[in-house]
Amino acid sequence: MMPEFLGIVAIALLGVAGYLLFPDDLAFLTRLIAITLLVLSLDLVTGYCGVATLGQAALFGVSAYVVGNVCLAGITDPLLLLVVGLLVGGVMGLVSGALITRFRGLPQLVLSIAFGQLVAALSNKLSSFTGGSDGLSGISPTPVLGIFNFDMYSRTAFIFSLTILAVVFVLLLRFVRSPFGLLCRGIRDDDLRAQMIGAAVYPRLVLMYAVSGAVAGIGGALNAITTGVVGLDSVSFERSAEALVMLVLGGAGNLWGALFGAVLFQIFEHIVSATNPFHWMTLVGLLLILIVVFAPRGLSHAVVVGWSKLTRREAEA
Amino acid sequence: MTSLLELHGVSRAFGGLKVNEDISFRLAPGDRIALIGPNGAGKTTLVNVISGDLAPTAGRMMLAGEDITRLRIAERVRRGLVRTFQVTRLFASLTAAENVALAIMQRKGITRRVFSLATEVPEVRVEWETLLGQLGIAHLARRPVAQLAYGQQRLLELAIGLALNPKVLLLDEPAAGVPHDEAPRILEAIERLPPEIAVLMIEHDMDLVFRFAQRVLVLANGRLIFEGAPDAVTQDAEVRRAYLGSYADARRPA
Amino acid sequence: MQTILSIGLDGLSYGMVLFIISIGLSIMMGLMRVVNLAHGAFAMIGGYLASYALRDLGVHYSVAILIAVAGTVLISIPFERLLYQRIYRKSDELTQLLLTIGITFLIIGVANFTFGPTLKPIPLPPGLSGPLDIGFRVIPTHRVFVIACGAVTALALWVLIDRTEFGIRLRAAVDNSDMADALGIRTEWIYAATFALAVGLGAFGGVVGAELLPIEPFYALRYMVTFLVVVSVGGAGSIAGALAASLLLGLADTTGKYLAPEFGEFFFYLAVILIVLLFPRGLFGRAH
Repeated sequence: MMPEFLGIVAIALLGVAGYLLFPDDLAFLTRLIAITLLVLSLDLVTGYCGVATLGQAALFGVSAYVVGNVCLAGITDPLLLLVVGLLVGGVMGLVSGALITRFRGLPQLVLSIAFGQLVAALSNKLSSFTGGSDGLSGISPTPVLGIFNFDMYSRTAFIFSLTILAVVFVLLLRFVRSPFGLLCRGIRDDDLRAQMIGAAVYPRLVLMYAVSGAVAGIGGALNAITTGVVGLDSVSFERSAEALVMLVLGGAGNLWGALFGAVLFQIFEHIVSATNPFHWMTLVGLLLILIVVFAPRGLSHAVVVGWSKLTRREAEA
Repeated sequence: MTSLLELHGVSRAFGGLKVNEDISFRLAPGDRIALIGPNGAGKTTLVNVISGDLAPTAGRMMLAGEDITRLRIAERVRRGLVRTFQVTRLFASLTAAENVALAIMQRKGITRRVFSLATEVPEVRVEWETLLGQLGIAHLARRPVAQLAYGQQRLLELAIGLALNPKVLLLDEPAAGVPHDEAPRILEAIERLPPEIAVLMIEHDMDLVFRFAQRVLVLANGRLIFEGAPDAVTQDAEVRRAYLGSYADARRPA
Repeated sequence: MQTILSIGLDGLSYGMVLFIISIGLSIMMGLMRVVNLAHGAFAMIGGYLASYALRDLGVHYSVAILIAVAGTVLISIPFERLLYQRIYRKSDELTQLLLTIGITFLIIGVANFTFGPTLKPIPLPPGLSGPLDIGFRVIPTHRVFVIACGAVTALALWVLIDRTEFGIRLRAAVDNSDMADALGIRTEWIYAATFALAVGLGAFGGVVGAELLPIEPFYALRYMVTFLVVVSVGGAGSIAGALAASLLLGLADTTGKYLAPEFGEFFFYLAVILIVLLFPRGLFGRAH
């Protein structure tokens, strides 16, 4: 029971910290949570299955567009909209997973990029559905559970999103330790060996992709519901690349890295890019280079290694 | 005699190079066969063909009466044809227990479960604990594989093979690269293999061959040149020629 | 008929620009197994240097090209020595992705700081900027120039790799680097020289292709995936592959943009998906 309990505690603490640090900018925190879900979904396929992808935003963005349209069409209950997002994301995950996990290595990466760009191009073209470069706006959900109204200070949105994040995170913590999760990790380590114990690799990967899509879909739905708008940036290559950067920054393959990588990076971005967006690029570039050189498996692993070195030294002392 | 594994005229060529040529033999339940031959004879290729890693360029293979020639690797494993690797292949980031548990769960078909904890599923736990205990590595259960000594990894590889309840077990040089003091463990483990299964072992160590095998297959230049009892192997003229070249006939006591 | 010729010409010249820039990346990926997402950034640097040389220093177009290529290679040296060396022949894609994305971001930021966010044109010399009368049609000279550059580059590279000693060593190092080492081929120097060649070609392509791919700070990000995709479709390390892929994809994209412009790059990426599904190692690729 331990990791799940830690998960709830950690997210509760993050929520409190966020509320205290950015009391007037809860909207930013809400957006941050939606993106964090995207990064978590990416961890499932990249960290746990070893699939390198730069097209994950497609799952997030398409879900956001569909949820936006559904809400504008009259279905406005936020919980229902989340379910729609989950389902759309899951389907997108199945489709893209079937395509992307066919191969390994470079072809896989290229297919993921091509898929993402295809979706982005289509999103631009189908402007009656997506609003084109203007995007969708005016998405206004009805109160959560009929009681909690989405106020303009984003208080409801923030607590709603935080709760969803906590639920999803805890479920994922359990999921990755399940037989299915274990098999995916095995496939990531050595997919020939996995076949050698009788596992059908391709169907398993596609299934994991569907789960990942569902999580990304929830993120996309949250994004649409809480911000009220959906733009082309939700399906952009930049969004996919940023998510990957956040994931590797925090460390892929243990969910905690995804959580902290996403949170830290976005807070950093919020503070720094307010000054100058290009300085921001330079800094991120430098940061990435430093991470690759000094902590290639991400901060979470660096912390674990540093901690074990510290405790060993104390034990020897 | 019901045969578990049958090979009929199996060949494997790479372009013009015939690595395996027209190989036929049978394995019955309980068989303990050693596959030997000089380097480059094609032993590992043959095991690769049998396990499904490579497709044969000619011939047929049957497992318990079923034609498996076109089946994929995972399919053959599920039907009971299991191999271990000469160079250890384990799931590097998982613990020893998780490695074995995965094999067990895959066999039982419970890898679709998403809400139980992998290593704690009761039936699974009992099995991996027993297996690891049989091979003497129960104390290493929670250790990540990367931290195990090479000999312990070889034992783990064997445990995974057994966890799949094989009917036919192909061991590719199970004691290869194992430090001298750890080798006995592996030998004991092989001797204690379930009596019903058929075991084919590639080996170079003749002591091991004599200790383990009831029958020996000798592969040379891609062809099967001898099949018979271990003590007859060294007498056979063709085998001597294969290993020693023309010296076999040349060296005669004066 | 008019349209077909226009599509053909534009598609061909776009394809040639893609080829000149991407072939360097292809060779690098074939030899050093590096997925270099920063390749476009170096092409961009070449463009910036040429623009500066032409407009601020007032030199002739050909001199500007020389400055661009030499300058970019010089600038790339510290990157190669300090960073790229760490990831040669190591197959961890994520690390390569991240490092090269980081380098790209860094270069974009510095480019913006140095040159500002606006588009930097590279004015063509009078000989190349006008129309060319080929008898039955009048076509832009620049397009022909680009196509000629592409053809010359392909030929020169083929001679270099197939016919020279450097080429033989390069091919040996690609096939088996340990063996090459054992034979006394200084693989470190081959890698460095290849890197310089790749970057230089990229810069050259950035300059001559500036009419089609305009130079501004986000160039490096905008075309980051385009070059990578072209290389994978063609098969890393293959000149014929890079040429075929560039021309094919260039034509696919241009055709799509002429006939269905609202679809953007949809047809380009559709073509990519189809080709990769059929030829995962690329049109002319070899399995590693």
